Amino acid sequence: MDPLDVQPELVEAILVRFLRKEAGKFGFARAVLGLSGGIDSAVSAALAARAFGPDHVLAVMMPYRTSNPASERDAREVAEHLGVATRKVDISAMADGYLGPAEVSDRMRRGNVMARCRMIVLYDLSVEYGGLVIGTSNKTEALLGYSTQFGDNASALNPLGDLYKHQVYQLARHLGLPASVLEKAPSADLFEGQTDEGELGFTYAQADRLLYMLVDERRSLDELVAAGFEAEFVRRVARRIAQNQYKRVPPIIAKLSMRSINHDFRYLRSWGH
Amino acid sequence: MTLTVHLAQLEPTLGNLDANLALHLAELERAREDGAELVLFPELSLTGYFLKDQTPEVALARDAAPLEALREASRGRTVGVGFVERGDDGRVYNAYALFEDGALLHVHRKVHLVTYGMFEESRDLAAGERFDVASSRLGRIGVLVCEDMWHAAGGWLYFLAGVDLLVVPSAGPARGVSASYQGLASVGAWRALLQSASTLYQCWSLYVNRAGVEDGITFGGGTCVVDPFGHEVAHVDGLDAGRVVHALDLGACERARLAAPLRRDEKPWLVQAALARLDETR
Repeated sequence: MDPLDVQPELVEAILVRFLRKEAGKFGFARAVLGLSGGIDSAVSAALAARAFGPDHVLAVMMPYRTSNPASERDAREVAEHLGVATRKVDISAMADGYLGPAEVSDRMRRGNVMARCRMIVLYDLSVEYGGLVIGTSNKTEALLGYSTQFGDNASALNPLGDLYKHQVYQLARHLGLPASVLEKAPSADLFEGQTDEGELGFTYAQADRLLYMLVDERRSLDELVAAGFEAEFVRRVARRIAQNQYKRVPPIIAKLSMRSINHDFRYLRSWGH
Repeated sequence: MTLTVHLAQLEPTLGNLDANLALHLAELERAREDGAELVLFPELSLTGYFLKDQTPEVALARDAAPLEALREASRGRTVGVGFVERGDDGRVYNAYALFEDGALLHVHRKVHLVTYGMFEESRDLAAGERFDVASSRLGRIGVLVCEDMWHAAGGWLYFLAGVDLLVVPSAGPARGVSASYQGLASVGAWRALLQSASTLYQCWSLYVNRAGVEDGITFGGGTCVVDPFGHEVAHVDGLDAGRVVHALDLGACERARLAAPLRRDEKPWLVQAALARLDETR
């Protein structure tokens, strides 16, 4: 057994209740999410379909003109499999409206703009559809900071944020998702031929194991090296986690008064609901 | 003697005293139909758990209206309720009240506040200082609120006092979903603790956890009854609100103590002497 293996039926039970109850507190019984054709959004969509019923989930496909057509095809297959409604919003004009005049050629900047365009679409459709935006970021990418701040990491509720990539796959198999999303290499599909693992420079299998020991088990860096991880890899990942903390917290507020939001004005989000 | 207990795995709304009182009264109505003589609610059942700055806002004196309503509803039975207490000393406690037949029988103030990991009780609450036995008409009751159970002293002191019923209300989060466990790690740990306590202290353990979700933290349920031999005899299945109603035999405590007279053979004076020596070396 892999030490990262979870009990998927238990995870499903918790996450379905989480979605239903946390949305319910705010009077929502519907969900909106971006469906990319990848594994993470497919799992989020499947959980949302179970939590709210397929009739209460809107899956939005938001290709850019350079997106791989296979992504949309895979997304449609997932939506059909789950029985959820789909909407296609091509973000090319929206993104190019800025990228062109601003002459943005840097790949990362372009990718970030696309991710933030998708966020704008989702939050707008969430009003039209009357549903909360459900997140699709997993624990591996959140720890590594492999996401766009206020872009793909923006959501009202994130069911996957405490699951490593390995565990997302395990849940995907348990939820019976189509082979097309289970088998392909994870990719942000921001440019041709991009794969997560190619860009990160290590595999998810390596990263998951390291992150699990570092974060969940609170092992020291020395212990990880002693466990057989390459020292440079351990240092690199540890640095990435710390450097990307800013993406995991709300913007920091400069304290001035005797009682300041988040510092010593402490309430749950569901306060009063 | 048979005693029917009703353990309510409640799902309170955070900070909403009115809604939660209504939930308690509805459950008590239902428990009336079961003929339950002892009805127990979870830790902070009147207020919800992750209160943070809401803590003083929902604190109640012992004679506050919601507690008076529950006291009234306890006529003909014994009822345990979790609430935030505003003490006469002005401090605020994580408290558990036992009402019996229309009167306040006992209040236990949580001794071991939990302040690590996701918990920050010591920021908002004062700690209780005593493990006093409640002398109920049903028997001797010892209350351990959640973390009180994770320290040996409370249960052991109740054991010395000959407690028959260990009442353990909690707001225990669901965590630990690894495939190396069966079910939730948190629920498994609780079961092991309760079974050990009942085995060692030869009493019934009545564990009542809550259900629901507060800002992403799901409560684990696992509400159960453990007999004085350490066997779980009834439990609530799953994570949702529910209840366990069980007719337990109070005579089982005596049978367990006859089979193995653990309390007779306990040597508390050794502990007393050891603590005195520890004091001297300080």
